[in-house]
Amino acid sequence: MSETQTNSLAERLSARFGDLLKVSVAHGQTTAEVAAANLLAVATALRDEPGLRFTEAVDLCGVDYLGYGQTEWDTTDVSSTGFSRGVEGEALGRFNWADRPREVSIPRRFASVVHLLSIELNQRLRLRVFCEDDSLPVVPSLVHTWPGLNWFEREAFDLFGIIYDGHPDLRRILTDYGFVGHPFRKDFPLIGNVEVRYDTEQKRVVYEPVSIEPRVLVPRVIRDDADLIQAKAEAADHWREN
Amino acid sequence: MSAQEIRNYTMNFGPQHPAAHGVLRLVLEMDGETVVRADPHVGLLHRGTEKLAESKPFNQSIGYMDRLDYVSMMCNEHAYVRAIETLMGIQAPERAQYIRTMFDEITRILNHLMWVGSNALDLGAMAVFLYAFREREELMDCYEAVSGARMHATYYRPGGVYRDLPGKMPQYRESPWHKGNDLKRLNTWREGSMLDYLDAFTADFFKKVDEYEELLTNNRIWKQRTVGIGVVSPELAQQWGMTGVMLRGSGIAWDLRKKQPYAKYAEMDFDIPVGVGGDCYDRYLCRIEEMRQSNRIIQQCVKWLRANPGPVMVENFKVAPPKREAMKEDMEALIHHFKLFTEGYGVPAGETYAAVEAPKGEFGCYLVSDGANKPFRVHLRAPGFAHLSSMDAIVRGHMLADAVAVIGTYDLVFGEVDR
Repeated sequence: MSETQTNSLAERLSARFGDLLKVSVAHGQTTAEVAAANLLAVATALRDEPGLRFTEAVDLCGVDYLGYGQTEWDTTDVSSTGFSRGVEGEALGRFNWADRPREVSIPRRFASVVHLLSIELNQRLRLRVFCEDDSLPVVPSLVHTWPGLNWFEREAFDLFGIIYDGHPDLRRILTDYGFVGHPFRKDFPLIGNVEVRYDTEQKRVVYEPVSIEPRVLVPRVIRDDADLIQAKAEAADHWREN
Repeated sequence: MSAQEIRNYTMNFGPQHPAAHGVLRLVLEMDGETVVRADPHVGLLHRGTEKLAESKPFNQSIGYMDRLDYVSMMCNEHAYVRAIETLMGIQAPERAQYIRTMFDEITRILNHLMWVGSNALDLGAMAVFLYAFREREELMDCYEAVSGARMHATYYRPGGVYRDLPGKMPQYRESPWHKGNDLKRLNTWREGSMLDYLDAFTADFFKKVDEYEELLTNNRIWKQRTVGIGVVSPELAQQWGMTGVMLRGSGIAWDLRKKQPYAKYAEMDFDIPVGVGGDCYDRYLCRIEEMRQSNRIIQQCVKWLRANPGPVMVENFKVAPPKREAMKEDMEALIHHFKLFTEGYGVPAGETYAAVEAPKGEFGCYLVSDGANKPFRVHLRAPGFAHLSSMDAIVRGHMLADAVAVIGTYDLVFGEVDR
């Protein structure tokens, strides 16, 4: 995909849909954001109209933006004060089921992201829909536009609890029969909630609270890309050759 | 005569059925021997790979990718590594890209050998399985030679590959199982480097593919089981998000290696086989021909790699570890090594979707980073997941035995379907 092609797709989308889509281009890939209310109309147009022809929906997944950009280690003033030993933060993997963070309401927490592909025109588009209400995330289902998204929407429902309005068969798909919770949410502990084992006395499989301790080996750190900027400068200097 | 009520019969297929390819539980509603409705239950192998990847630095998840589709290991790694490289704006050295291209194709042959063997076994032909595994063994030796592991290689890294190809191919040692003339035969290919070994393999492999074809292509039973079974129309294939051979078997010439080339595929000379009828037999023919084409690509890569030595990893010590020798003398190198292995590297905030033409179809990695040393969200688009979801639409109206043929033609591996 050449740069001009992608740009022209972004331009064509803006020209066709105007304010309905928020279009951006990064790394040569086009992303469009659409409001849940307009999703179905936009999707049908994307599939059918000449110049778009996204006949194939390759992928759909949920994203939970809770904790986006949060780190566990203070890194901005370390050069003067040194590292702190203690790690703060409640990132994934640091809590168990009982201590999981209480639900806080953050705007635009859940999103459903679809990757579209046009075989005819050899172009791709990422379409993102944010759920308006994060306590009950609902977006319209795209199953009737692209039947292949059936299982992908079931998966996003199973893992994130995003409800696809209009989906004909919204059952759990990947987790166990009778599973409680939505495991890929950021406030669901990494170690999970229950574990299973075969009980020889009761002669059946029993569910028990997990016995393993939550543990994280490497803290989550954001360094403002300083590493890469420095690496580029070093590469330019050829400092190693001296 | 009194009226009799005949009800459909619900049947459980799997999860322990040998033709269910691992852990598929298929609930079939039967009318006699005809399938009225198929409801696949997946997730029995769900390990939460995507969530686990969020909890550790980027490089530590490469090994998980091998374990998704565990018969096309390096192709999965390729998608993940490409996603990271796109966000970081780094590019692997040319030699590394040729090595990746070569190993992607070795992987494709590995996968298709597994497929042709196990699918033939499902449909009642035992011999192909044994022959296919003979060649798989030879290619897995290449995996072992470069990475030390026969299957789960963790060989690709952001910025290149773990290390250069070995100059010497490991040889068999004398043992109660390998001795005398047998030992000599096994080691004749292994006298030189890995590239010499691959030269010998690829020169021989076209003949081997002909042998598989001899067993199946005109075999009456094989054709009875596959011709006209599981027909996928081009429209249906697109609606259900099919990719790879499932799409090409229906006559759509779509291959990411040609249409959106990555690594060194743009420089390679190869053809894309396309089916006509979209049935199981056409897809079989496509896969067989793909093995020949992959063999051609490997030959071209070997030729280039022999002529062009060079680095296989970027010289960016924020991403790739410095050399062992450098660490013994250079403080800077030691610090880089320490930082890289204790903290990893931060990937600039952003999102990307990187796809590769895996043997089973489009394997994609959707990566969201918020600038941290761990991914914020990784989503892996597995071709098998999309294909299996169309099961009900394809298998309806077929006989029970054809359901097995259709499961086979999807080329399912539950490591990737369940993730």
